Amino acid sequence: MNTKALRKNWLYVPLIALTIFYLLPMYVMLVTGFKSFAEIDLKTMWNLPHGISFENYIEAFAQLAPSLRNSFMMVIPAALISSMLGSLNGFILAKWKFRGADFIFPFILFGMFIPYQSIIIPLVQFMNTAGITGLPGLAMAHIIYGIPITTLTFRNYYASLPQELLEAAKIDGADMLGIYRHILLPISVPSFVVVLIWQFTSAWNDFLFAVILTGNTEWPITVALNNMAGSQIISWNVQMAGSLLAALPTLLVYIFLGRYFLRGLLAGSLKG
Amino acid sequence: MFKNKDKYLSVILISPSVIAILIFVYGFIGWSMRVSLSNWKGINPDYSWAGLKNYIALFSDPRFHIDIRNTFIFTGVFVIGSILLGFFMAVMLDQGLRGEGFFRSIFLFPMAISYIVTGVVWRWLMNPAEGVRMSGLNLLFSSLHLDFLVNKWYTTPTWGIAAIAMTAIWQMSGYIMALYLAGLRSIPNELREAARIDGASELKIYRHIILPLLTPITLSALIILGHTSLKVFDLIIAVSGKQLPLDVPAIYMWQTTFDGLFYGRGAAISIILLLSVAVLIIPYIRYTLKTGVEQ
Repeated sequence: MNTKALRKNWLYVPLIALTIFYLLPMYVMLVTGFKSFAEIDLKTMWNLPHGISFENYIEAFAQLAPSLRNSFMMVIPAALISSMLGSLNGFILAKWKFRGADFIFPFILFGMFIPYQSIIIPLVQFMNTAGITGLPGLAMAHIIYGIPITTLTFRNYYASLPQELLEAAKIDGADMLGIYRHILLPISVPSFVVVLIWQFTSAWNDFLFAVILTGNTEWPITVALNNMAGSQIISWNVQMAGSLLAALPTLLVYIFLGRYFLRGLLAGSLKG
Repeated sequence: MFKNKDKYLSVILISPSVIAILIFVYGFIGWSMRVSLSNWKGINPDYSWAGLKNYIALFSDPRFHIDIRNTFIFTGVFVIGSILLGFFMAVMLDQGLRGEGFFRSIFLFPMAISYIVTGVVWRWLMNPAEGVRMSGLNLLFSSLHLDFLVNKWYTTPTWGIAAIAMTAIWQMSGYIMALYLAGLRSIPNELREAARIDGASELKIYRHIILPLLTPITLSALIILGHTSLKVFDLIIAVSGKQLPLDVPAIYMWQTTFDGLFYGRGAAISIILLLSVAVLIIPYIRYTLKTGVEQ
């Protein structure tokens, strides 16, 4: 038994090496952000800062604040609305089989995997013709293309609930919407957390829709950060601080609600 | 079983989503196909019939050849790297070590971050400058006397795209680990115990019992990683901008459509992308739904 335990301890060597690999970018992002402008030099990139300074973050925030705001304004309604639609669809597909329901589920699901390049030209044409441009258009795109994954997650959850739950309510005379509102919604909170996190993260991190559907006053954070990084005038230390600001909202969600984040990831692989 | 009223109501309630998917997914794909068969080049739409001209032009286009080569290299490195790394991380974390939760959180956190952030940070880590201007990982390697590791990263001729694939492995391997770990946890312990009592070595248990049981997960991982790599776009843009040696179909599509206004050709690229993803995805959805029903 002892030799076995000893053998297992060797596993910490590769595990710690991997931890360093995963944290390396975070380390550089963090230490660079806290250095003062005077300390910034690519040659000393790996050194710890001499003191704590916030110059880089202040500079990056001054540049990125409008786009952080844009991101929040677009992501919050997008996540809320697509989650509600997904819950309703999932409920109907799991518990209210009508003719064609078995066909509709894969029909919706396919939308989750398409490369968005294949719909982007019509999407731009459509949005421009319909006059839905900028952030509302971007939010709408995230809502519609979010329907497949939100429907999938809720359908799998509702399908796992015992049918007796509904039967009992039906005997009591509850109709469909009553069952949804009084029985399923109250126990759907964990699934809502999973789906909201998933939608928040993917809409926050999206670049393709954002770069094509928004102009420069409405850029969300990914587009603004990419342009900041591509500019010759803004130095790398400010880019590093900006990267951390751009990653912070989703990282905080991950740190505090990681369990739900993981469940969303596992659901996204179709396995539920 | 159900009242008719409820049946109509459920159809009415699901209709908005179904109609939205019908238009925004299937309708738009059809529209893109139509554009890909047109001569549209310029600001104003032009749907005059071009037949397969745009597709034929692409296959004799040297830039598209670079794209296909890069997609193959990227897919190969990214898929194999993520699956191997993800699998071994999952096996290590399945040994019941102390600190498992900590390691798991560390390996998975890049999934919460955007490709743009990953790209911007790794660009500075993979700085290819040499000599006195050396920095990033090359500087780190050199100061640790690991000079043989110093390389030109994404500026390496032909294989530069593999450096980008490495950053994608950094981002996605934790996801694969999570999938495998969930799979390992679902294998009943009695199975391993029984094999151990029969005198099977740990290695044999993995090869003959555990790996076969994990096949569905490997399949999922292959599909997820494969279709991600066909669509790779933001990560490359953030690391290197739009440089020809690191070009991929998604970047070509974007540039030729929205910078070059060559809509016909851009649409053709997008349809080729869609078809390559569809041959992976459609059988996968059918397979998953079928096995799901059996369970």
